[in-house]
Amino acid sequence: MTFRKNLVLAGVTVFAAAGDSMLSHGMKQTGSISFDHLQGLILAVLNPWVAVGIVLLLAFFASYMNALSWADLTYVLPATSLGYVLLALVAKFALHEQVSPLRWMGIALISGGVSFVAGGPALTHHHNEAKASLFPKSGKNELLNADAPPERHISAAGGAKR
Amino acid sequence: MKHLYTWSGIVVVVFFSVVGDILMARAMKQVGDVHDLWKRSGPWTVIGRILSNSNFFFAVTAMAVAFFSLLFALSWGDVSLVAPAAASLTFIGNAFAAKIFLHEKVDRRRWIAAMLVAGGVALLAG
Repeated sequence: MTFRKNLVLAGVTVFAAAGDSMLSHGMKQTGSISFDHLQGLILAVLNPWVAVGIVLLLAFFASYMNALSWADLTYVLPATSLGYVLLALVAKFALHEQVSPLRWMGIALISGGVSFVAGGPALTHHHNEAKASLFPKSGKNELLNADAPPERHISAAGGAKR
Repeated sequence: MKHLYTWSGIVVVVFFSVVGDILMARAMKQVGDVHDLWKRSGPWTVIGRILSNSNFFFAVTAMAVAFFSLLFALSWGDVSLVAPAAASLTFIGNAFAAKIFLHEKVDRRRWIAAMLVAGGVALLAG
């Protein structure tokens, strides 16, 4: 995994979390919007928090698409779920909200999931014969291979895009 | 009856979220590594390739439908049920769909990751 790819994944994580929190903060200022007064939606965009939130979410979308161009969906989604953890930490330390023990447990589970998927290859190959010999059915071998650089798996499997 | 409405809303949200993610992943794989493409042929080629990909537009449409169905589901059910249930079921749904439709190799490690994250999201938002 190159520095650039890590940066893109970090971008997906941070932009989503920051964009969501800014949008939520801005929408609380503008108040609720009803179907009868849809012009409120246009006014909401004029709120600076909402505007910055939208820009950040566009940045999230661009990095998400970038990540999907070189990594599997089942890699990108768990790897970037640290954003939920980030949101909880922002709530605790910046907004001084109460984070319950149940939520801390949720944070632990997500972090565990992220570390699990981060140890494996970013891109797997479809219907590839070479892969079958590389990764025998046991699954134990794959876990042993967890420390090997992901690129090695890819080039060994053949047909990678680089 | 309200329960049925809420859960059917959640199912619709999860369905369109998964469809959107799968189509987007497929579209971007068809476009190719954006960074390499950018270096080789410049930004306009990247933008052109993305905008000429039909899967990209279907993906954006599905994501928009998911977003608006989430709004409807939220008006039928409690946010503390609808938001975490939709988010964590989307994780599991994506793992199944990526295996079936994108032929990704979802090994034991990825299943465990998807389950842990789905459980974590449910706890966090609940």
